Amino acid sequence: MDDIFILIPGRTSRQGTTLNEGKLKADFIEETQTLFMCPDDMTRRGVVDGERVRIRSEFGQVELTCKAAKTGELPPGLLFLPYGDPSSRLMGGETHCTGMPDSKGMDVQLEKLL
Amino acid sequence: MSLVKIANGTVYDPTNNIDGVVQDIWIQDGKIVAPPTATDVRPDRTLDATGLVVMAGGVDMHAHIAGPKVNLARKMRPEDKRLAPPVRRTPNTRSGTVGSVPSTFATGYLYAGMGYTTVFDAAIPPLAARHAHEEFGDTPIIDKGFFLLFGNNHYVLNQIAANEPERLKAFVGWMLHAAKAYAVKVVNPGGIEVWKGGGDNVHSLDESVEHFNVTPRQIITSLTQTAMDLGLPHPVHIHCNNLGLPGNWNTTLATMQALEGRRAHLTHIQFHSYGGGLGEQSQFCSKTTELADYVNAHPNLTVDVGQVLFGETTSMTGDGPLGYYLHKVTGRKWTNADTEMEAGCGIVPITYREKSFVHALQWAIGLEWYLLVNDPWRIAMSTDHPNGGSFLAYPEIIQLLMDRTYRQEVLKRVPPRVLECSVLKDLDREYSLYEIAIITRAAPARMLGLKHKGHLGIGADGDVAIYTPNANKLDMFALPRYVLKGGVVIVEQGEIREELFGRTLYAATSYDDGVLPDIQKWFEEYYTIQFNNYPVDEHYMTNGSTAVACSNR
Amino acid sequence: MSEAAVMDAETRIVKDATCTFCGCVCDDMELTVVGKRITKAKNACVLGKAWFLNHHIEEHAVATIEGKPATLEEGVERAAQILANARYPIVYGLSDTTCEAQRVAVSIADRVGACVDTTTSVCHGPSGMAFQGVGEVTCTLGEVKNRADLVIFWGGNPAESHPRHWTRYSLMPKGLFVPNGRKGRTAVLVDVRKSKSAAAADIFWQIKPRKDFEVLWALRALVKGVEIDPAIEQETGISLAQMQDLVQRMKSCKFGIIFFGMGLSMTRGKHMNVEAALSLARDLNDYTRFYAKPVRGHGNVTGADNVVAWQTGYPFGVSLGRGYPRFNPGEFTTSDTLARGEADAGLIIASDPAGNFSQPAREHLKKIPYIALDPHESETTRGATVHFCTATYGINTPGTVYRMDDVPIPLRPAFDSPFPSDETVLRAIEKRVRELLRERLTN
Repeated sequence: MDDIFILIPGRTSRQGTTLNEGKLKADFIEETQTLFMCPDDMTRRGVVDGERVRIRSEFGQVELTCKAAKTGELPPGLLFLPYGDPSSRLMGGETHCTGMPDSKGMDVQLEKLL
Repeated sequence: MSLVKIANGTVYDPTNNIDGVVQDIWIQDGKIVAPPTATDVRPDRTLDATGLVVMAGGVDMHAHIAGPKVNLARKMRPEDKRLAPPVRRTPNTRSGTVGSVPSTFATGYLYAGMGYTTVFDAAIPPLAARHAHEEFGDTPIIDKGFFLLFGNNHYVLNQIAANEPERLKAFVGWMLHAAKAYAVKVVNPGGIEVWKGGGDNVHSLDESVEHFNVTPRQIITSLTQTAMDLGLPHPVHIHCNNLGLPGNWNTTLATMQALEGRRAHLTHIQFHSYGGGLGEQSQFCSKTTELADYVNAHPNLTVDVGQVLFGETTSMTGDGPLGYYLHKVTGRKWTNADTEMEAGCGIVPITYREKSFVHALQWAIGLEWYLLVNDPWRIAMSTDHPNGGSFLAYPEIIQLLMDRTYRQEVLKRVPPRVLECSVLKDLDREYSLYEIAIITRAAPARMLGLKHKGHLGIGADGDVAIYTPNANKLDMFALPRYVLKGGVVIVEQGEIREELFGRTLYAATSYDDGVLPDIQKWFEEYYTIQFNNYPVDEHYMTNGSTAVACSNR
Repeated sequence: MSEAAVMDAETRIVKDATCTFCGCVCDDMELTVVGKRITKAKNACVLGKAWFLNHHIEEHAVATIEGKPATLEEGVERAAQILANARYPIVYGLSDTTCEAQRVAVSIADRVGACVDTTTSVCHGPSGMAFQGVGEVTCTLGEVKNRADLVIFWGGNPAESHPRHWTRYSLMPKGLFVPNGRKGRTAVLVDVRKSKSAAAADIFWQIKPRKDFEVLWALRALVKGVEIDPAIEQETGISLAQMQDLVQRMKSCKFGIIFFGMGLSMTRGKHMNVEAALSLARDLNDYTRFYAKPVRGHGNVTGADNVVAWQTGYPFGVSLGRGYPRFNPGEFTTSDTLARGEADAGLIIASDPAGNFSQPAREHLKKIPYIALDPHESETTRGATVHFCTATYGINTPGTVYRMDDVPIPLRPAFDSPFPSDETVLRAIEKRVRELLRERLTN
């Protein structure tokens, strides 16, 4: 519960194709609520494919479905989430005089939902 | 039907040999007309120009005001604008920023506010022609056009190497048509391709360009001949090799000689008139006398100056290796932007300092050019905006030319060594208003082949600048009393009264379309956009266009 | 119909059409159009196919005011009233529409004294700031196709975000000086994640998160012959030997390029990360030709930068509140004007800040009146005071877009839409806003 993960939101192929179906449609919503995680981390945290987790940042929290990343894709401690409404809810409003909130590489905590 | 009478002004109209004659100018529906013979004709508007100086609207034949290079400079330099007084919006006009690279609306207003009504951008890569036209659509008041970059275009180099002059002619004609451009521009012929290919530059007219097996000399002569064969209204517009380098006057002279009597325009000649050797600043000196003598003796040549003025500005050029050179010399930020198959680009901020020997000598060399070319019809005023300084410096240049006392005062402030390395201190010549009217409107219009610009004869465009005489010529030319565009009063005492949009000028070229399949084959092999998406059609000229005829040959 | 060969009464082919989904702006689409549907998009990638084939005209009112159907005129009137009466309006979005529409949007911002900002500020805005810091050595994508023998992707996943970048521009094509195409190029990928793009790279570096700057700066040092402590590996995940190898490749290539993604611009450090990449590429020009380019996102985000820059002098984050343009990222950028609760009205064109901005920004947007132009429903259109359902650019409307390398490309629409273009709606709003402002002056 206490260790800090680094979250990288980003584009995926499915995020892009389902975006064209509509941001309010089920496929896009499903894709952007799917959290990819290093299998070792999942074992360590007792999370299995398809289980729900809560991700919490300093600024907000969202509930996501967890999925194992391909071997080697994510090192331990790194999480990936396709861009969308949930990833944005974890961002703060501060932009450090750039106009850009910290949108990648965010510190988050992960909690398995029972 | 609108009829305007400019009454009783003192007219300077060199094209029509009118030198300070008090007369009326009549404009009907945007064009100059003969005074009506009937006594009961009443104009819709009469401007009392009693005691005022009346000239045609100014014509800037070489500036950088639109397109990718200019816009990259805008994006790169917020600091250049922060301290410059902005253009504020009014109920009728848009706001903008100034500095050395004004935004589009500001560009139109500022030129018009100075009495200039026609401006040409000097260097557009064909692939970005659509961009330049889009910016023109947001550039108010002035008529405008642009020159198209050819001197490092791969198809051009290939045709020259293959000795295919007819195919070259068809290609150039097609390109000008596809881009809706006005003239053929050659920038550092061959040198940019060498730079893009990983080399540093070409250094003389007879160095071969790797892979293409052509020399700068061949590129210059072929494109000069092609522009003549196409009967373009403006001859080839040449930015010589080795710009800015000590000792480059040899290259410039060789270029002039290579033309062998063909008509050509050599641009920002100041930057090409340096004596001395590479890396030896101690030998840096003016070679204006030698070059001006050659120009004086060869009527096929015209030049514009590219005057340097002291202060902060932005160097922007299609000459990629020059951008790198300036970056290395100044240590300031540098943008390089290369265009596939066509062109290069370099942008670097630069500050010309009065106390710098090199900069002050550049300033002096520019003035030498104005004063050493005997025939003002063969020299046009320019700063190569913004390279030597902003176009807003034109009134300052006029004062330097018309007032030798003022000139000598400035000369006293520059490093004394400048006096030894240039003849400026010995030149007493002062320009008259008539000669100023030549180098700021009549001559550039004639060089451009614009028969309806630069003068006030019957049939000319109703573009007129009216100035209040003043011993201080800077004040006189910085703030016209009235400016008319197409017969409409758009500026009164420096304030924009009406926002209208000028037209786009391009050359009405014809070409042999039998060459299109060959061009298309080449194009589709190397470009990254579709051949059919390359040409710019008329509807990009949202404010109207004028296709200027080519002469029959 | 000269270019669109008629196959039968209903089916048409539109050649040389342009996909505006991502910044690649591929203009070689061959669309099969049956009535008001695109049934085939030849040459399109997976994203392009989704863009074209999912496009259909939905039943929707042309305008809704507070969720209720309204006429276009009623929508324009309400929109103009909101903007003309605002004290701190914002104009935002603009990356998914034509330059023609963008030009009108900036005009409206100028007339009403708004802050105008585009999705650039939450994409490569920091890259724009880095460009202002150190300049940029850049080129059109055809230069890469024809000359590049070393292509580095940094902090991006083009396989999924820009699927044709490799095949059309950067890796696969045969070019003038790269006659063997992919075989003549070395591809490098640097990322924190071994994404789908990694499979295509000859060299893959998985660097530690938030260490891009450190790696780029170390490379700069090595290029300049400065010694680097081997402990750099513990810091960044990349060994000194790996770095020395890459530096050798960079110095000895004929034409190298770094394509950087939002891994640099969105991660802590932002414009400093990008400055490091731009500086590295610049420095290498003492040895060879070396370039760096951001891989831009939405179809016409580059056009938005260009239009805002030529009209105001600044690329994004511009306030016209004092009657002339001022630029200050962090002050006039939309994330900030919303998150700080400053904006009191908005004109949002083709973007979804209610769906992808930070929590405080979203909350403030909910509290203020705003106008949204979008062909599709989104969180933003749902909360808009006035929503105009507009035609989709490139599919329904002509116009101009700028590819990620600033090359302007014309659009060839596939079929008409019953909905007006963004430009049409914005022109109507602009006209009415000007009338209202003039009335105010004379009263």
